[in-house]
Amino acid sequence: MEVSRLAISASTRAKLISAGYTSLSSLSTLSPFNLATDIKIPEKEADEILKLASHNGKLDNTKGTQAVSGGQTAWDMLKEDEGLRCITTSCSALDNILGGGINCKEVTEIGGVPGIGKTQLGIQLAINVQIPHEHGGLAAKAIYIDTEGSFMVERALQIAEACLSDYNDLPRRGCNANQLKRQPKDLLENIYYFRVCSYTEQIALINYLGKFIKEHKEVKIVIVDSITFHFRQDFENMALRTRLLSELALKLMKLANEFKLAVVLLNQVTTKYTEGAVHLTLALGDSWSHACTNRIILHWNGNERYAYIDKSPTLQSASAPYSVTGKGIRDSVSDHKRVKLM
Amino acid sequence: MANMLISEMRLPKSISNIFAARNLITAKDVLSLTEFELMELLDVGLSEVASAIAHISEITCPPYQTALSLWKRHSENENHPGHLPTHLKGLDAALCGGIPTGVLTELVGPAGIGKTQFCLKLSLLASLPTTYGGLGAKVIYIDVESKFSSKRLIEIGFNSFPELFCMKGMAEEMAGRIIVLQPQSLSEFTESLQQIKVSLLQQQVKLLIVDSMTALVSGEYEQGPSRQNQLGWHISFIKSLAEFSQIPVVMTNQVRSQSFDQISRYSFEGPSQFGDKEDPTRSDSHLVAALGINWAHAVTIRLVLEAISGQRFIKRNVRPSNKLNTPSRSWCHNPSDAKRRSSIRLKGTEVYWSK
Repeated sequence: MEVSRLAISASTRAKLISAGYTSLSSLSTLSPFNLATDIKIPEKEADEILKLASHNGKLDNTKGTQAVSGGQTAWDMLKEDEGLRCITTSCSALDNILGGGINCKEVTEIGGVPGIGKTQLGIQLAINVQIPHEHGGLAAKAIYIDTEGSFMVERALQIAEACLSDYNDLPRRGCNANQLKRQPKDLLENIYYFRVCSYTEQIALINYLGKFIKEHKEVKIVIVDSITFHFRQDFENMALRTRLLSELALKLMKLANEFKLAVVLLNQVTTKYTEGAVHLTLALGDSWSHACTNRIILHWNGNERYAYIDKSPTLQSASAPYSVTGKGIRDSVSDHKRVKLM
Repeated sequence: MANMLISEMRLPKSISNIFAARNLITAKDVLSLTEFELMELLDVGLSEVASAIAHISEITCPPYQTALSLWKRHSENENHPGHLPTHLKGLDAALCGGIPTGVLTELVGPAGIGKTQFCLKLSLLASLPTTYGGLGAKVIYIDVESKFSSKRLIEIGFNSFPELFCMKGMAEEMAGRIIVLQPQSLSEFTESLQQIKVSLLQQQVKLLIVDSMTALVSGEYEQGPSRQNQLGWHISFIKSLAEFSQIPVVMTNQVRSQSFDQISRYSFEGPSQFGDKEDPTRSDSHLVAALGINWAHAVTIRLVLEAISGQRFIKRNVRPSNKLNTPSRSWCHNPSDAKRRSSIRLKGTEVYWSK
């Protein structure tokens, strides 16, 4: 491995190379003092360089051996994932094809035409993540990142009311008589709302989220409504856009893994010319379509709304009807059981 | 906050000087680069760059609020009522009280359906004194197609609020609150938008109407990326106007006919079951809103105006590619075509929320 791949500043690297230290092995036998006097830098910096060099060297050597640091066996991952709960969408047909709901530790992208109910689904999930444990929920909190200004707080209140009345009517598993009845406003208090006004703010916020979630450990879902908006307006440099977006996706995936939370990205649609015809497709281009773990497309089928799993490593491609009612996302009225497998 | 200066973020002096020396002035400059690009550019180590980015991100990112505090602000602040009532019972109920503030509401419909009439009525409603259920405030009316008729405005006023408009000087006061701008081109429109931003800060403007967005664009631009980009700036700007001043913004949009509906399908859905050519109704009556899908995503609420056997309907949030002459659900309608000429006062029927 070469010195030029070390994460050090350009001028220090230049000093190293001009003094003849081009490979990591040439650094391995040096003491910090030697290096410092040789290339005329403070001893503290020399110490840093050697630390980095030996760290990188180790990674290089352990290739192929069993104890790769940072790895996890598939069995451990299975055990860990079994403990995770899904966030229900309040529509049983949709939960069914999703294997119980939106998964934690995964990034899920949901897209569709205007008015199909993306924001509604987003608000519904922000409420549903708060369903208490005794009703099969996560009893957690939500972060809602609004880039479009389409979050309607009156609507959130309606959905919260409907959600509360739904599970208050059910018999409780763990009887807890002393527990005070929760009010719709309590649910609203558990939604942290960020209004983002430019793509720079969006990047900054995602950078900062890790710290925020460390301070608010109960957060189990991050909803971005929509990931697209600021990247679609006023963006001339497409290469920059692709790079910024893939960086965002990586950071969100890291968040999902680190804090075992669900990340839901809402996306818009655009038109694309393929196979001799113009089709609808989710926005942001082909490279973005690889970025998310799951991709769900909401679409119209006649006068019914359908959700279609377009991409998922674990789920079968399927579509299920749902409807948007005054209470939020619910089962489609006309048909409760039909799940079409493709 | 994207243009916040790095020098004002209280970074350690040494590193903030390096940022300045490399001409990285704002948060936008820094956050558009990767860590490694920054290391190259600034000639500092990874840990310094990482901590600087973390610091800049934390300062640049907007503050959070809970949905509860958002709701409290909406419901308690009397200077900024959450909605402008349209006085159409059915529509008000479907919209939770009227045209909402702080977001874009779009009116879509064919020519002659009454989009401009609706806008005139709305501007009157906003200029009415609060005792009559209005907002008692100024209105900015951007009239692109030169359709604004002050005569018609007064006529609507006299017929809807006779007692008020018969008072001496009231008509003058009402009409005096409505400021009409008539930009002739997109660049003039852009200019007036920027002026509006200033006047929104100084004056008591509580409603912004743009009639219509389509005329500006369709005249000057061909279909294609240049048009999309042009609009992109306007969408963001108008949205931010609505948001920071917390006023309702109403825009009108025209319809275009579309002869086939493949554009409304995803590739996984396969071709339409009906077959485009065989269905005779599709060829003549398939109307869609103009300005394309990017625009449609940007508006928060879309109201579709349409006429069915002489009656006028307003629907909210329908399927965008719906044939406009077959409504799935109607929110409200006006009793007869003739009455519309005197005032748009629609009576509500069969209304329930569904988005």
